[in-house]
Amino acid sequence: MFLAQSSPYLKPGLSVSKMMLVVTLLMIPGILTATYIFGYGVLVNIFLAIIFALSFEAIILYLRKRPVKVYLNDKSALLTAVIIGVALPPLAPWWLTFIGVFFAIVIAKQLYGGLGYNTFNPAMVAYAILLVSFPAEMTTYWQTSTMLANQFDGQTLSFIETINFQIFGQLPVGMTIDALTSATPLDIVRTSVLNGSATIDEIHAQGKTFGMLGGLGSEWVNLAFLAGGLFMMRKGLISWHIPISLLATLGFLSLLFGSFELDSNPSPLFHLFSGATMLGAFFIATDPVTASTTPKGRIIYGMGIGALIYIIRTWGGYPDAIAFAVLLMNMCAPLLDYYTQPRVYGHKADERDDEDYS
Amino acid sequence: MLSGIIALIVLASFFGMVLGLAAVVFKVESSPVVEQIDALLPQTQCGQCSFAGCRPYAEAIAAGEAQINLCPPGGENLVQSLADLLDVEVLPLGEDEAVVQGPIVAVIIEETCIGCTLCIQACPVDAILGAAKQMHTVIESECTGCELCIAPCPVDCIEMIPVKQTLKNWRWPEPQYNANNREAESIFTTIDHVLAENSRP
Amino acid sequence: MSQSLSTSVAQKLKEKVRHLWSFPGGIHLSGKKSLSNHQPITTAQTPKQLIIPLSQHIGQPADPIVKVGDKVLKGQVIGYASGSVSAPVHASCSGTVTAIEERLIPHPSGLSALCVVIDTDGYDQWIKCSPLIGDSSDSDDTLYQTISDLSSHQISDQIANAGIVGLGGALYPAAAKLRTAERMQTDTLIINAAECEPYITCDDILIQRRPEEVILGILLMKKVVGAKKCLIGIEDNKPEAYKALLNSLRGYNNTHTEAQIEVIQVPTRYPAGGEKQLIQMLTGREVPTQGLPMNIGIICHNVTTAVAVYHAVYRGEPLISRIVTITGGAVKQPQNMEVPLGTPIRDILNQAGLNKDKVEKIIMGGPMMGFALPSIDTPVTKATNCILVSEKGELATPPPAMPCIRCARCSDVCPMSLLPQQMYWYAKARDLEKVQDYNIFDCIECGCCSYACPSNIPLVQYYRYAKTEIWDDERERNKSNIARDRHEFRKERLEKAKAAKAEAARLRKEKLAKKKALDAEKAKQEKEKSSTPSDETKAVASSSADLIQEAIARSKAKKAQQQSQKKNTDNLTEAQQKKIDEINERRRNRSSSEKTEE
Repeated sequence: MFLAQSSPYLKPGLSVSKMMLVVTLLMIPGILTATYIFGYGVLVNIFLAIIFALSFEAIILYLRKRPVKVYLNDKSALLTAVIIGVALPPLAPWWLTFIGVFFAIVIAKQLYGGLGYNTFNPAMVAYAILLVSFPAEMTTYWQTSTMLANQFDGQTLSFIETINFQIFGQLPVGMTIDALTSATPLDIVRTSVLNGSATIDEIHAQGKTFGMLGGLGSEWVNLAFLAGGLFMMRKGLISWHIPISLLATLGFLSLLFGSFELDSNPSPLFHLFSGATMLGAFFIATDPVTASTTPKGRIIYGMGIGALIYIIRTWGGYPDAIAFAVLLMNMCAPLLDYYTQPRVYGHKADERDDEDYS
Repeated sequence: MLSGIIALIVLASFFGMVLGLAAVVFKVESSPVVEQIDALLPQTQCGQCSFAGCRPYAEAIAAGEAQINLCPPGGENLVQSLADLLDVEVLPLGEDEAVVQGPIVAVIIEETCIGCTLCIQACPVDAILGAAKQMHTVIESECTGCELCIAPCPVDCIEMIPVKQTLKNWRWPEPQYNANNREAESIFTTIDHVLAENSRP
Repeated sequence: MSQSLSTSVAQKLKEKVRHLWSFPGGIHLSGKKSLSNHQPITTAQTPKQLIIPLSQHIGQPADPIVKVGDKVLKGQVIGYASGSVSAPVHASCSGTVTAIEERLIPHPSGLSALCVVIDTDGYDQWIKCSPLIGDSSDSDDTLYQTISDLSSHQISDQIANAGIVGLGGALYPAAAKLRTAERMQTDTLIINAAECEPYITCDDILIQRRPEEVILGILLMKKVVGAKKCLIGIEDNKPEAYKALLNSLRGYNNTHTEAQIEVIQVPTRYPAGGEKQLIQMLTGREVPTQGLPMNIGIICHNVTTAVAVYHAVYRGEPLISRIVTITGGAVKQPQNMEVPLGTPIRDILNQAGLNKDKVEKIIMGGPMMGFALPSIDTPVTKATNCILVSEKGELATPPPAMPCIRCARCSDVCPMSLLPQQMYWYAKARDLEKVQDYNIFDCIECGCCSYACPSNIPLVQYYRYAKTEIWDDERERNKSNIARDRHEFRKERLEKAKAAKAEAARLRKEKLAKKKALDAEKAKQEKEKSSTPSDETKAVASSSADLIQEAIARSKAKKAQQQSQKKNTDNLTEAQQKKIDEINERRRNRSSSEKTEE
């Protein structure tokens, strides 16, 4: 019996593993900036997340009787881990990372069938579950950015002290967690505006929240992720559709509503360069497994996330909204894919009959 | 309290009527289920399902008197499509029928045939030609491979042979080689085989 | 003079401002064409043996009209076209037919098909050729001088008799296609010279070396179709061929103003040479799904086909050879070789030099759409445009397929705007209806999706698998429908026979009853008449007993006679008798054993 593999016989040597690795590497500028701004906790988070993620992945693959080495090598768990590590508060205790990674890898990914079969972005599932289950830990462990600490005589932790706190919960003598941490710019803006305790101008006057572009400190992290993201786009690792439509929608909505109520709405730039906007636009929303796949679908998908981010940030219950926006749009992706099918060559534009779909 | 109960009853009966009306007005006409089942069956008329042909089996399935997994010629695909059609559980093929083979046809060994016409009478689709005392032959394109002609033959001159693979009926194999089944690589033809002399069939 | 100058200037301007459309997707591949596109065209040595498949085209295989032992001349018909969509095959060298049998043919299945095997005599003696157009030096007055003297039918008959099929890979009989195009009043002839697959240079080299033949072939095809204009699409990575065409066209566009042939460079992007993509780029129009280019007034032919048409009309030579690119890292001298059809691939590889230790894969066609040869003892056919012998590491052996991550790279590169990953999911699940909902039959199997897939999923093979499964299902359905009809018919027939039998029995009974009644009546009457009944009745009884005995004897004799007349038992040889005895023995044994079992 003659058996052969079908053509094509040319392959450019592209692989899932390589793609995941390059995306992970392109997060490094952002990670380093975040470490500089928010302290060593970021690195500790990422390190712990990677260890946990790879262990969980290996165990589950073994239990599912899949070739462990082959699938570990696809590096998707690595990327998920790094995203979780960056997304968590820098001073998060180790068990927060542990629970997050558990939900991401075991529940959101492997129980759905492993790489390629998950409906929801694993890292965002982890983040959402942690945010809902441990709201205090998820919001209070944001270390004061170095810039503020320097300007206002705050305190920072050394590398060893950070590890000591995150693993053993011990702070150096004389330090309190309150002195180390502060609310994020998005948090400040949201609570103040929601309570009506301060207008945007008043917050601005305090000088602790706004930087040149976005949130003080986090604007640099956003810029670094933007740089990495643009590089990815240039290299063709991701298409432009999702990030551009996401950022454009977010910018447009904040411009639109901002021009009505200047007092309670920060500028579009603040929305674009605060929180996890750039990380979300370029590294999270573009996760191929859970995003829409058709060109039109991807644009709508990106717009949906952008709009949801603005809505939740402005009127919702959480200061940042990447996770919920992404998860909500994940649910819509199959529907978007179905209704935005491109016109096939040689077919008329209105040819597809929807009645076939049941 | 009373008014609430009355309101609910009125609402319930109203919606019930609407639904009942809708069921009548928008009734989907479809061909009888027996026809649909019969259309799926392979029409070998072999009787391996213990019914006297495909149509009786279809009727039995429709009447709920027979399982959907009694047809070996239809194989797993048939069970699957019957399960889809009738919205029932997929059943594995019965154990006796587990021997999955490709399509086969009957061939009469001409030297041995004595022209008894018994096979002609047995053939459910009139695919055997011949007259008494004359050698018989099977029309290959019409033969369904039901094997019903084998038993009656007094001289055992009928053989079942697999349908020959030609360029017309050749099918691409489903790819087997993937991360979960890396051993499948060994099935590919090696270059030595391609270069070898006289690799004629 | 000035007018011709101005037309040429106008032509030039037209080339410059020519608007090109684009097709979606596609990929940029490294051409690897320089391996073989600068060497001259070499000629293959006459092989010792030719293996000529009778089916080298779409449609019915040709009927062999030679017998084993026949001597054939070069160019002699050895298989007639059978049916309207078919093509004849010819002997490509002179020699003796030594076999007409199934031989391995170049096909991805590795199956065999009927071939005529010819042992060549080395003389290469031509049969008398009958061209339609002669050289001006030719004294034969039966020949025409120019194309305009010929009728459309004359040319298409000549093309049909020459066994010309679409040489770009479609293999559809060229004459049938041209005639259909003529009937449908097609106005544009598109000549596909894009040759977008890497490695292959046979069209490129053919245009470079024989541009006049290309142009004349095109004029002939244009004449058959009655097309108003002709567009030649060529990828811009073949500047030499482009220039050669422009040069040889210059004369024609001035002298034959009706020629209207335009050479258009298209950007190099795979699959620019796909028929549908080339049409889209040149005209901006799309071939309707499940339709033909002729539905939008276009007929597309390959440039090699045009040259074959030229040979048939101007030289009277049938299609018995073609240019094959022999290339790849394991070939010592990559080149384009003119090879007689039926030459074993082993022979031409030996002639071009094969580094046996370096070989990794041997592919017929290009690396994107070709297939791995089952054996190099298969022959060169009308479809063989390239033999690619790769060395290790030249063509990637794909690693095991990983799960699809829905990255949509496949749909980004799909030139047909299909959704390859959806088709993959459904093909994998063997959901043949859904896979058709996603328009699998619009897939041209160009391989872009598989190429772009980071998970190394053999997408194209899944589509090929799904397509052949769908066809197979259709065949099965047709067959079962026929079987059902036949079964119903048989049931009806049996019932009718039964009814007829019952009716006959009833009639007989009635007759018998009547007769009995009549007999009784007679007997009664006779009884009344005669006074000595007992003797007579005895006699009647005895005679009837005799009659029965007689009948039995007769039937026995008849049976015996018939047995001796049994067709297969006449003139038995000893061996046959033995066999029958054995069978009888077996039957006896079987029936006895069955009895004992019972």
